[in-house]
Amino acid sequence: MSEIPGDLKFLKSHEWARVEDNGIVRVGISDHAQGQLGDLVYVELPEIGASVQAGTGVAVVESVKAASDIYSPVSGEIVEVNELLNDKPETINEDAFGEGWIFAVRISDRGELDELLDADAYAEQIENEDH
Amino acid sequence: MTEKTVLNDTHRAAGARMVDFGGWDMPINYGSQIEEHHAVRRDAGMFDVSHMTVVDLHGERAREFLRHLLANNVDKLKVQGKALYSCMLNEQGGVIDDLIVYFFDEEHFRLVVNAATRAKDLAWIERQARAYGVEVKERPDFAMVAVQGPNARARVIGLLHEVDRPRIQKLGRFAAAAAQGPHGMPLFIARTGYTGEDGFEIIVPTEHAVALWQALAGSGVRPAGLGARDTLRLEAGMNLYGQDMDETVSPWEANLGWTIALDEGRDFIGRKALEAQKAAGVPRVMVGLVLDEKGVLRHGQKVLTANGEGEILSGSFAPTLDKAVAFARIPAGEPGQVRVDIRGREVPVRVVKYPFVRDGKPCEGI
Repeated sequence: MSEIPGDLKFLKSHEWARVEDNGIVRVGISDHAQGQLGDLVYVELPEIGASVQAGTGVAVVESVKAASDIYSPVSGEIVEVNELLNDKPETINEDAFGEGWIFAVRISDRGELDELLDADAYAEQIENEDH
Repeated sequence: MTEKTVLNDTHRAAGARMVDFGGWDMPINYGSQIEEHHAVRRDAGMFDVSHMTVVDLHGERAREFLRHLLANNVDKLKVQGKALYSCMLNEQGGVIDDLIVYFFDEEHFRLVVNAATRAKDLAWIERQARAYGVEVKERPDFAMVAVQGPNARARVIGLLHEVDRPRIQKLGRFAAAAAQGPHGMPLFIARTGYTGEDGFEIIVPTEHAVALWQALAGSGVRPAGLGARDTLRLEAGMNLYGQDMDETVSPWEANLGWTIALDEGRDFIGRKALEAQKAAGVPRVMVGLVLDEKGVLRHGQKVLTANGEGEILSGSFAPTLDKAVAFARIPAGEPGQVRVDIRGREVPVRVVKYPFVRDGKPCEGI
Protein backbone atom coordinates (compact mmCIF):
# COMPACT_ATOMS: atom_id res chain seq x y z
CA MET A 1 0.00 0.00 0.00
CA SER A 2 1.45 3.33 -1.02
CA GLU A 3 1.41 6.30 1.34
CA ILE A 4 -1.58 8.59 1.18
CA PRO A 5 -0.36 12.03 0.05
CA GLY A 6 -1.10 14.56 2.77
CA ASP A 7 -2.31 17.28 0.39
CA LEU A 8 -5.29 15.26 -0.80
CA LYS A 9 -8.89 15.42 0.35
CA PHE A 10 -11.25 12.48 0.09
CA LEU A 11 -14.81 11.35 -0.29
CA LYS A 12 -15.85 8.37 1.82
CA SER A 13 -16.42 6.58 -1.50
CA HIS A 14 -12.62 6.68 -2.11
CA GLU A 15 -12.28 9.54 -4.61
CA TRP A 16 -9.42 11.93 -3.96
CA ALA A 17 -9.34 15.64 -4.77
CA ARG A 18 -6.20 17.71 -5.23
CA VAL A 19 -6.68 21.47 -5.19
CA GLU A 20 -4.46 23.13 -7.80
CA ASP A 21 -3.99 26.72 -8.88
CA ASN A 22 -6.84 28.75 -10.37
CA GLY A 23 -9.55 26.79 -8.59
CA ILE A 24 -8.89 23.56 -10.49
CA VAL A 25 -9.54 20.35 -8.55
CA ARG A 26 -8.03 17.17 -9.96
CA VAL A 27 -9.86 13.94 -9.09
CA GLY A 28 -8.94 10.28 -8.99
CA ILE A 29 -9.51 7.18 -6.86
CA SER A 30 -7.36 6.09 -3.95
CA ASP A 31 -4.74 3.40 -4.05
CA HIS A 32 -6.85 1.46 -1.60
CA ALA A 33 -9.82 1.63 -3.99
CA GLN A 34 -7.84 0.44 -7.02
CA GLY A 35 -6.59 -2.47 -4.93
CA GLN A 36 -10.13 -3.39 -3.99
CA LEU A 37 -11.32 -3.17 -7.60
CA GLY A 38 -8.45 -5.16 -9.08
CA ASP A 39 -7.17 -4.82 -12.64
CA LEU A 40 -8.95 -1.94 -14.37
CA VAL A 41 -9.94 -2.54 -17.99
CA TYR A 42 -12.12 0.39 -18.98
CA VAL A 43 -12.75 3.98 -17.90
CA GLU A 44 -15.76 5.98 -19.05
CA LEU A 45 -14.67 9.61 -18.91
CA PRO A 46 -16.99 12.65 -18.64
CA GLU A 47 -17.33 15.26 -21.39
CA ILE A 48 -15.20 18.36 -21.15
CA GLY A 49 -17.48 21.31 -20.40
CA ALA A 50 -20.05 19.21 -18.56
CA SER A 51 -21.29 20.68 -15.31
CA VAL A 52 -21.15 18.37 -12.31
CA GLN A 53 -22.60 18.31 -8.82
CA ALA A 54 -20.66 17.27 -5.75
CA GLY A 55 -21.47 13.70 -4.77
CA THR A 56 -22.94 12.65 -8.11
CA GLY A 57 -21.61 10.08 -10.57
CA VAL A 58 -19.36 11.62 -13.22
CA ALA A 59 -17.22 8.76 -14.53
CA VAL A 60 -17.24 4.98 -14.41
CA VAL A 61 -14.28 2.69 -13.86
CA GLU A 62 -14.60 -0.97 -14.70
CA SER A 63 -12.30 -3.65 -13.41
CA VAL A 64 -12.42 -7.27 -14.45
CA LYS A 65 -14.56 -7.75 -11.36
CA ALA A 66 -17.01 -4.83 -11.24
CA ALA A 67 -18.13 -1.43 -12.52
CA SER A 68 -17.93 1.50 -10.11
CA ASP A 69 -19.32 5.00 -10.36
CA ILE A 70 -16.84 7.75 -9.65
CA TYR A 71 -18.37 10.68 -7.80
CA SER A 72 -17.18 14.22 -8.11
CA PRO A 73 -15.98 15.55 -4.74
CA VAL A 74 -16.91 19.09 -5.76
CA SER A 75 -19.37 20.94 -8.01
CA GLY A 76 -18.28 22.83 -11.09
CA GLU A 77 -17.30 22.34 -14.72
CA ILE A 78 -15.18 19.54 -16.18
CA VAL A 79 -12.12 21.21 -17.69
CA GLU A 80 -9.84 18.23 -18.33
CA VAL A 81 -10.10 14.46 -18.64
CA ASN A 82 -7.26 11.95 -18.58
CA GLU A 83 -7.33 10.64 -22.17
CA LEU A 84 -4.42 8.32 -21.35
CA LEU A 85 -6.90 6.11 -19.52
CA ASN A 86 -8.73 5.29 -22.78
CA ASP A 87 -5.78 3.18 -23.85
CA LYS A 88 -4.18 2.46 -20.51
CA PRO A 89 -6.80 2.12 -17.78
CA GLU A 90 -4.26 0.13 -15.78
CA THR A 91 -2.48 3.43 -15.12
CA ILE A 92 -4.90 3.79 -12.20
CA ASN A 93 -3.65 0.48 -10.75
CA GLU A 94 -0.06 1.57 -11.21
CA ASP A 95 -0.24 5.17 -9.96
CA ALA A 96 -3.62 5.94 -8.45
CA PHE A 97 -2.58 9.22 -6.80
CA GLY A 98 -0.56 10.54 -9.77
CA GLU A 99 -0.70 9.58 -13.46
CA GLY A 100 -3.97 7.74 -12.82
CA TRP A 101 -6.02 10.91 -12.20
CA ILE A 102 -9.40 10.78 -13.97
CA PHE A 103 -10.79 14.30 -14.48
CA ALA A 104 -10.36 17.90 -13.34
CA VAL A 105 -13.13 20.27 -12.26
CA ARG A 106 -13.15 24.06 -12.07
CA ILE A 107 -14.72 24.41 -8.68
CA SER A 108 -17.78 26.61 -8.26
CA ASP A 109 -18.00 26.61 -4.47
CA ARG A 110 -14.76 26.32 -2.50
CA GLY A 111 -16.80 25.80 0.63
CA GLU A 112 -17.43 22.24 -0.52
CA LEU A 113 -13.78 21.41 0.11
CA ASP A 114 -14.41 21.69 3.84
CA GLU A 115 -16.90 18.83 3.60
CA LEU A 116 -14.19 16.41 2.45
CA LEU A 117 -12.09 14.09 4.60
CA ASP A 118 -8.43 14.97 5.10
CA ALA A 119 -5.77 12.32 4.49
CA ASP A 120 -5.65 11.24 8.15
CA ALA A 121 -9.40 10.85 8.43
CA TYR A 122 -9.46 8.86 5.19
CA ALA A 123 -6.59 6.63 6.37
CA GLU A 124 -8.57 5.96 9.52
CA GLN A 125 -11.66 5.08 7.51
CA ILE A 126 -9.91 2.46 5.37
CA GLU A 127 -8.14 1.12 8.43
CA ASN A 128 -11.55 0.51 10.02
CA GLU A 129 -12.87 -1.05 6.80
CA ASP A 130 -10.12 -3.63 6.88
CA HIS A 131 -11.09 -4.89 10.32
CA MET B 1 -18.79 -19.12 9.58
CA THR B 2 -16.24 -19.00 6.77
CA GLU B 3 -14.37 -22.17 5.95
CA LYS B 4 -10.68 -22.26 5.12
CA THR B 5 -8.72 -24.64 2.95
CA VAL B 6 -5.47 -26.09 4.28
CA LEU B 7 -3.64 -23.66 1.94
CA ASN B 8 -5.21 -20.54 3.50
CA ASP B 9 -2.05 -19.41 5.33
CA THR B 10 0.04 -20.10 2.23
CA HIS B 11 -2.20 -17.79 0.16
CA ARG B 12 -2.08 -15.06 2.77
CA ALA B 13 1.71 -15.32 3.03
CA ALA B 14 1.87 -14.88 -0.76
CA GLY B 15 -0.09 -11.61 -0.46
CA ALA B 16 -3.37 -12.95 -1.83
CA ARG B 17 -6.48 -10.82 -1.72
CA MET B 18 -9.02 -13.07 -0.06
CA VAL B 19 -12.79 -13.09 -0.66
CA ASP B 20 -15.76 -15.10 0.49
CA PHE B 21 -16.61 -17.64 -2.20
CA GLY B 22 -19.59 -19.87 -1.44
CA GLY B 23 -18.78 -19.76 2.26
CA TRP B 24 -15.03 -20.28 1.75
CA ASP B 25 -12.26 -17.77 2.34
CA MET B 26 -10.46 -18.00 -1.02
CA PRO B 27 -7.80 -16.04 -2.95
CA ILE B 28 -9.33 -13.88 -5.70
CA ASN B 29 -5.85 -12.85 -6.88
CA TYR B 30 -2.25 -12.58 -5.72
CA GLY B 31 -1.77 -9.08 -7.16
CA SER B 32 -2.99 -9.03 -10.74
CA GLN B 33 -5.80 -11.23 -11.98
CA ILE B 34 -4.90 -10.43 -15.58
CA GLU B 35 -1.26 -11.46 -15.18
CA GLU B 36 -2.38 -14.71 -13.56
CA HIS B 37 -4.76 -15.31 -16.45
CA HIS B 38 -1.94 -14.83 -18.97
CA ALA B 39 0.40 -17.06 -16.95
CA VAL B 40 -2.07 -19.93 -17.37
CA ARG B 41 -2.60 -19.26 -21.10
CA ARG B 42 1.12 -18.95 -21.81
CA ASP B 43 2.94 -21.08 -19.23
CA ALA B 44 1.54 -22.71 -16.08
CA GLY B 45 -0.56 -21.58 -13.16
CA MET B 46 -2.08 -23.31 -10.15
CA PHE B 47 -5.35 -22.88 -8.30
CA ASP B 48 -6.36 -24.03 -4.86
CA VAL B 49 -9.67 -25.77 -5.51
CA SER B 50 -9.79 -27.57 -2.18
CA HIS B 51 -13.14 -25.94 -1.46
CA MET B 52 -14.69 -28.32 -3.96
CA THR B 53 -16.37 -31.37 -2.49
CA VAL B 54 -14.97 -34.86 -3.03
CA VAL B 55 -17.50 -37.63 -2.47
CA ASP B 56 -16.72 -41.34 -2.67
CA LEU B 57 -19.45 -43.82 -3.52
CA HIS B 58 -19.03 -47.41 -2.41
CA GLY B 59 -21.33 -50.34 -3.04
CA GLU B 60 -22.04 -53.27 -5.30
CA ARG B 61 -24.71 -51.28 -7.12
CA ALA B 62 -22.67 -48.07 -7.46
CA ARG B 63 -22.76 -48.05 -11.26
CA GLU B 64 -26.47 -48.82 -11.37
CA PHE B 65 -27.04 -45.96 -8.90
CA LEU B 66 -25.11 -43.50 -11.07
CA ARG B 67 -27.03 -44.57 -14.18
CA HIS B 68 -30.10 -43.31 -12.32
CA LEU B 69 -28.56 -40.26 -10.64
CA LEU B 70 -26.75 -38.67 -13.60
CA ALA B 71 -27.97 -37.33 -16.95
CA ASN B 72 -24.80 -38.46 -18.70
CA ASN B 73 -24.26 -42.22 -18.87
CA VAL B 74 -21.60 -43.71 -16.57
CA ASP B 75 -21.46 -46.71 -18.87
CA LYS B 76 -19.09 -44.56 -20.92
CA LEU B 77 -16.65 -45.21 -18.06
CA LYS B 78 -15.10 -48.57 -18.87
CA VAL B 79 -11.46 -48.13 -17.95
CA GLN B 80 -10.21 -47.54 -14.41
CA GLY B 81 -9.44 -43.87 -13.80
CA LYS B 82 -11.64 -42.59 -16.61
CA ALA B 83 -13.69 -39.44 -15.86
CA LEU B 84 -17.02 -38.12 -17.11
CA TYR B 85 -18.64 -34.67 -16.87
CA SER B 86 -22.36 -34.78 -16.08
CA CYS B 87 -25.31 -32.84 -14.80
CA MET B 88 -27.30 -34.08 -11.84
CA LEU B 89 -30.95 -33.16 -12.43
CA ASN B 90 -34.11 -32.91 -10.38
CA GLU B 91 -37.38 -34.50 -11.53
CA GLN B 92 -38.26 -31.30 -13.40
CA GLY B 93 -35.08 -31.56 -15.46
CA GLY B 94 -33.48 -28.59 -13.67
CA VAL B 95 -29.77 -28.75 -12.87
CA ILE B 96 -29.01 -29.48 -9.20
CA ASP B 97 -25.29 -29.38 -9.96
CA ASP B 98 -22.67 -30.23 -12.54
CA LEU B 99 -19.89 -32.61 -11.53
CA ILE B 100 -17.14 -34.95 -12.58
CA VAL B 101 -17.40 -38.65 -11.83
CA TYR B 102 -14.31 -40.89 -11.73
CA PHE B 103 -14.37 -44.67 -12.10
CA PHE B 104 -12.14 -46.58 -9.67
CA ASP B 105 -13.78 -50.00 -9.81
CA GLU B 106 -17.31 -51.41 -9.99
CA GLU B 107 -17.80 -50.83 -6.28
CA HIS B 108 -16.08 -47.46 -6.05
CA PHE B 109 -16.75 -44.22 -7.95
CA ARG B 110 -15.72 -40.70 -6.96
CA LEU B 111 -17.67 -37.48 -7.52
CA VAL B 112 -16.26 -33.96 -7.42
CA VAL B 113 -19.09 -31.46 -6.93
CA ASN B 114 -19.24 -27.69 -6.44
CA ALA B 115 -18.48 -26.05 -3.10
CA ALA B 116 -21.48 -23.71 -3.02
CA THR B 117 -23.91 -26.61 -3.57
CA ARG B 118 -22.24 -29.04 -1.15
CA ALA B 119 -25.02 -29.41 1.41
CA LYS B 120 -27.90 -29.82 -1.03
CA ASP B 121 -25.87 -32.15 -3.25
CA LEU B 122 -24.96 -34.44 -0.36
CA ALA B 123 -28.54 -34.51 0.88
CA TRP B 124 -29.83 -35.32 -2.61
CA ILE B 125 -27.21 -37.99 -3.34
CA GLU B 126 -27.72 -39.66 0.04
CA ARG B 127 -31.47 -39.70 -0.42
CA GLN B 128 -31.20 -41.28 -3.87
CA ALA B 129 -28.46 -43.72 -2.81
CA ARG B 130 -30.51 -45.43 -0.11
CA ALA B 131 -32.50 -47.55 -2.53
CA TYR B 132 -29.24 -48.83 -4.01
CA GLY B 133 -27.46 -49.53 -0.73
CA VAL B 134 -24.63 -47.24 -1.86
CA GLU B 135 -22.51 -45.58 0.83
CA VAL B 136 -21.95 -41.84 0.30
CA LYS B 137 -18.77 -40.63 1.95
CA GLU B 138 -17.51 -37.08 1.85
CA ARG B 139 -13.70 -36.78 1.81
CA PRO B 140 -12.69 -33.64 3.73
CA ASP B 141 -9.30 -35.32 4.21
CA PHE B 142 -8.40 -34.29 0.65
CA ALA B 143 -7.22 -30.98 -0.78
CA MET B 144 -7.24 -30.26 -4.51
CA VAL B 145 -4.85 -28.26 -6.69
CA ALA B 146 -5.48 -27.55 -10.39
CA VAL B 147 -2.29 -27.00 -12.41
CA GLN B 148 -3.14 -25.58 -15.82
CA GLY B 149 -1.39 -24.21 -18.88
CA PRO B 150 0.68 -25.35 -21.85
CA ASN B 151 3.60 -26.22 -19.55
CA ALA B 152 1.54 -27.49 -16.62
CA ARG B 153 1.84 -31.20 -17.26
CA ALA B 154 5.60 -31.09 -17.69
CA ARG B 155 6.00 -29.18 -14.44
CA VAL B 156 3.90 -31.68 -12.49
CA ILE B 157 5.52 -34.71 -14.08
CA GLY B 158 8.95 -33.37 -13.14
CA LEU B 159 7.95 -33.60 -9.48
CA LEU B 160 6.75 -37.20 -9.61
CA HIS B 161 8.59 -40.35 -8.67
CA GLU B 162 10.59 -41.51 -11.70
CA VAL B 163 8.70 -44.78 -12.05
CA ASP B 164 5.40 -42.89 -12.35
CA ARG B 165 6.48 -40.36 -14.94
CA PRO B 166 5.98 -42.32 -18.20
CA ARG B 167 2.55 -43.47 -17.09
CA ILE B 168 1.35 -39.98 -16.12
CA GLN B 169 2.94 -38.57 -19.28
CA LYS B 170 0.69 -40.90 -21.29
CA LEU B 171 -2.46 -40.15 -19.32
CA GLY B 172 -5.23 -39.29 -21.79
CA ARG B 173 -7.67 -36.39 -21.49
CA PHE B 174 -10.37 -36.96 -18.91
CA ALA B 175 -8.45 -39.82 -17.34
CA ALA B 176 -6.84 -40.09 -13.92
CA ALA B 177 -4.28 -42.24 -12.13
CA ALA B 178 -2.47 -42.50 -8.81
CA ALA B 179 1.16 -41.42 -8.59
CA GLN B 180 3.79 -40.55 -6.01
CA GLY B 181 4.55 -36.88 -5.65
CA PRO B 182 7.34 -35.02 -3.80
CA HIS B 183 8.50 -36.84 -0.63
CA GLY B 184 6.48 -39.86 -1.73
CA MET B 185 3.12 -38.21 -1.09
CA PRO B 186 0.21 -40.09 -2.67
CA LEU B 187 -1.47 -38.13 -5.45
CA PHE B 188 -4.54 -38.73 -7.56
CA ILE B 189 -3.83 -36.98 -10.84
CA ALA B 190 -6.57 -36.25 -13.38
CA ARG B 191 -6.02 -34.71 -16.80
CA THR B 192 -8.97 -32.39 -16.45
CA GLY B 193 -9.45 -28.69 -15.89
CA TYR B 194 -11.57 -25.59 -16.05
CA THR B 195 -9.43 -23.20 -18.08
CA GLY B 196 -9.38 -24.46 -21.68
CA GLU B 197 -5.71 -25.31 -21.31
CA ASP B 198 -4.08 -28.69 -20.88
CA GLY B 199 -3.12 -29.64 -17.34
CA PHE B 200 -3.97 -31.67 -14.29
CA GLU B 201 -6.30 -31.50 -11.34
CA ILE B 202 -4.59 -33.16 -8.40
CA ILE B 203 -6.28 -34.60 -5.33
CA VAL B 204 -3.85 -34.73 -2.43
CA PRO B 205 -4.22 -35.66 1.27
CA THR B 206 -4.60 -32.38 3.18
CA GLU B 207 -1.44 -32.97 5.22
CA HIS B 208 0.64 -32.90 2.02
CA ALA B 209 -1.10 -30.03 0.23
CA VAL B 210 1.22 -27.25 1.41
CA ALA B 211 4.32 -29.24 0.44
CA LEU B 212 2.84 -29.97 -2.99
CA TRP B 213 1.95 -26.29 -3.51
CA GLN B 214 5.46 -25.21 -2.54
CA ALA B 215 7.08 -27.80 -4.79
CA LEU B 216 4.96 -26.61 -7.71
CA ALA B 217 5.83 -22.99 -6.97
CA GLY B 218 9.49 -24.00 -6.83
CA SER B 219 9.24 -25.52 -10.29
CA GLY B 220 7.88 -22.25 -11.72
CA VAL B 221 4.12 -22.75 -11.50
CA ARG B 222 2.49 -19.43 -10.67
CA PRO B 223 -0.31 -19.20 -8.08
CA ALA B 224 -3.52 -17.94 -9.67
CA GLY B 225 -6.70 -16.87 -7.92
CA LEU B 226 -10.36 -17.55 -8.48
CA GLY B 227 -10.61 -14.32 -10.48
CA ALA B 228 -8.33 -15.68 -13.20
CA ARG B 229 -10.07 -19.06 -12.98
CA ASP B 230 -13.35 -17.32 -13.81
CA THR B 231 -12.09 -15.42 -16.87
CA LEU B 232 -10.21 -18.50 -18.11
CA ARG B 233 -13.24 -20.78 -17.94
CA LEU B 234 -15.48 -18.13 -19.52
CA GLU B 235 -13.09 -17.75 -22.47
CA ALA B 236 -12.99 -21.55 -22.71
CA GLY B 237 -16.79 -21.66 -22.94
CA MET B 238 -17.36 -23.53 -19.69
CA ASN B 239 -20.44 -23.02 -17.56
CA LEU B 240 -20.41 -21.88 -13.94
CA TYR B 241 -23.08 -23.41 -11.76
CA GLY B 242 -25.36 -20.81 -10.16
CA GLN B 243 -24.60 -18.25 -12.83
CA ASP B 244 -25.11 -20.08 -16.13
CA MET B 245 -27.52 -22.75 -14.91
CA ASP B 246 -29.43 -23.74 -11.80
CA GLU B 247 -32.48 -25.74 -10.79
CA THR B 248 -34.80 -23.58 -12.93
CA VAL B 249 -32.81 -24.26 -16.11
CA SER B 250 -32.66 -27.44 -18.17
CA PRO B 251 -29.41 -28.60 -19.80
CA TRP B 252 -30.97 -27.81 -23.20
CA GLU B 253 -31.20 -24.17 -22.11
CA ALA B 254 -27.64 -24.12 -20.80
CA ASN B 255 -25.88 -25.50 -23.88
CA LEU B 256 -25.26 -28.76 -22.04
CA GLY B 257 -27.21 -30.97 -24.44
CA TRP B 258 -23.93 -32.72 -25.29
CA THR B 259 -23.84 -34.12 -21.75
CA ILE B 260 -27.31 -35.67 -21.95
CA ALA B 261 -27.32 -39.36 -22.88
CA LEU B 262 -30.83 -40.32 -23.98
CA ASP B 263 -29.82 -43.93 -24.38
CA GLU B 264 -32.44 -46.62 -24.75
CA GLY B 265 -34.17 -47.68 -21.57
CA ARG B 266 -32.08 -45.79 -18.99
CA ASP B 267 -34.38 -44.15 -16.46
CA PHE B 268 -32.36 -41.26 -15.04
CA ILE B 269 -33.81 -38.56 -12.82
CA GLY B 270 -35.20 -35.70 -14.93
CA ARG B 271 -35.33 -37.68 -18.18
CA LYS B 272 -39.09 -37.44 -18.64
CA ALA B 273 -39.04 -33.68 -18.17
CA LEU B 274 -36.13 -33.29 -20.59
CA GLU B 275 -37.85 -35.32 -23.26
CA ALA B 276 -41.09 -33.40 -22.78
CA GLN B 277 -39.25 -30.08 -23.11
CA LYS B 278 -37.48 -31.22 -26.23
CA ALA B 279 -40.73 -32.42 -27.79
CA ALA B 280 -42.50 -29.15 -26.96
CA GLY B 281 -39.58 -27.04 -28.17
CA VAL B 282 -36.93 -25.55 -25.91
CA PRO B 283 -38.02 -21.95 -25.23
CA ARG B 284 -34.64 -20.41 -24.42
CA VAL B 285 -31.13 -20.90 -25.71
CA MET B 286 -27.71 -20.00 -24.39
CA VAL B 287 -25.46 -18.07 -26.77
CA GLY B 288 -22.05 -16.44 -26.75
CA LEU B 289 -21.76 -12.65 -27.08
CA VAL B 290 -18.81 -10.49 -28.02
CA LEU B 291 -18.70 -6.74 -27.39
CA ASP B 292 -16.44 -5.04 -29.94
CA GLU B 293 -16.89 -1.60 -28.39
CA LYS B 294 -15.36 -0.53 -25.13
CA GLY B 295 -17.17 -1.61 -22.01
CA VAL B 296 -17.75 -4.77 -20.05
CA LEU B 297 -20.60 -7.28 -20.29
CA ARG B 298 -21.73 -8.37 -16.83
CA HIS B 299 -24.05 -10.79 -15.13
CA GLY B 300 -27.64 -9.53 -15.01
CA GLN B 301 -27.49 -7.04 -17.88
CA LYS B 302 -30.55 -7.07 -20.12
CA VAL B 303 -30.16 -8.49 -23.64
CA LEU B 304 -32.51 -7.20 -26.36
CA THR B 305 -33.34 -9.47 -29.32
CA ALA B 306 -35.93 -9.66 -32.09
CA ASN B 307 -37.80 -12.26 -30.03
CA GLY B 308 -37.80 -10.47 -26.70
CA GLU B 309 -35.51 -9.95 -23.77
CA GLY B 310 -32.79 -12.19 -22.43
CA GLU B 311 -30.14 -11.84 -19.79
CA ILE B 312 -26.36 -11.98 -19.47
CA LEU B 313 -25.28 -14.98 -17.39
CA SER B 314 -21.48 -15.02 -17.06
CA GLY B 315 -19.93 -11.89 -18.50
CA SER B 316 -16.51 -10.36 -18.14
CA PHE B 317 -13.58 -8.67 -19.74
CA ALA B 318 -11.65 -11.44 -21.48
CA PRO B 319 -7.91 -10.83 -21.04
CA THR B 320 -6.83 -13.07 -23.95
CA LEU B 321 -9.14 -11.18 -26.34
CA ASP B 322 -8.78 -7.72 -24.81
CA LYS B 323 -12.55 -7.22 -25.00
CA ALA B 324 -15.67 -8.30 -23.19
CA VAL B 325 -17.47 -11.59 -23.83
CA ALA B 326 -20.46 -13.22 -22.21
CA PHE B 327 -22.91 -16.07 -22.15
CA ALA B 328 -26.54 -15.00 -22.44
CA ARG B 329 -29.83 -16.82 -22.25
CA ILE B 330 -32.24 -15.48 -24.86
CA PRO B 331 -35.55 -16.55 -26.41
CA ALA B 332 -35.13 -19.26 -29.06
CA GLY B 333 -35.27 -18.27 -32.74
CA GLU B 334 -33.36 -15.93 -35.04
CA PRO B 335 -32.32 -13.14 -32.65
CA GLY B 336 -31.76 -10.35 -35.20
CA GLN B 337 -29.52 -7.42 -34.20
CA VAL B 338 -28.75 -8.12 -30.54
CA ARG B 339 -28.08 -5.31 -28.09
CA VAL B 340 -27.15 -5.23 -24.41
CA ASP B 341 -28.36 -2.59 -21.97
CA ILE B 342 -25.23 -1.30 -20.25
CA ARG B 343 -26.26 1.28 -17.66
CA GLY B 344 -29.14 2.52 -19.80
CA ARG B 345 -27.19 2.54 -23.07
CA GLU B 346 -28.08 -0.02 -25.77
CA VAL B 347 -24.82 -1.40 -27.10
CA PRO B 348 -24.70 -3.74 -30.13
CA VAL B 349 -23.04 -7.13 -29.59
CA ARG B 350 -22.24 -10.06 -31.86
CA VAL B 351 -23.77 -13.50 -31.27
CA VAL B 352 -21.02 -16.09 -31.72
CA LYS B 353 -20.32 -19.77 -31.35
CA TYR B 354 -18.01 -20.41 -28.42
CA PRO B 355 -15.50 -21.34 -26.94
CA PHE B 356 -14.00 -17.90 -27.35
CA VAL B 357 -10.43 -19.13 -26.76
CA ARG B 358 -8.84 -22.51 -27.30
CA ASP B 359 -5.25 -23.58 -26.63
CA GLY B 360 -4.18 -20.08 -25.79
CA LYS B 361 -5.56 -18.46 -28.97
CA PRO B 362 -8.76 -16.65 -29.95
CA CYS B 363 -11.12 -18.91 -31.88
CA GLU B 364 -12.06 -18.06 -35.45
CA GLY B 365 -14.77 -15.43 -35.71
CA ILE B 366 -14.23 -14.05 -32.22
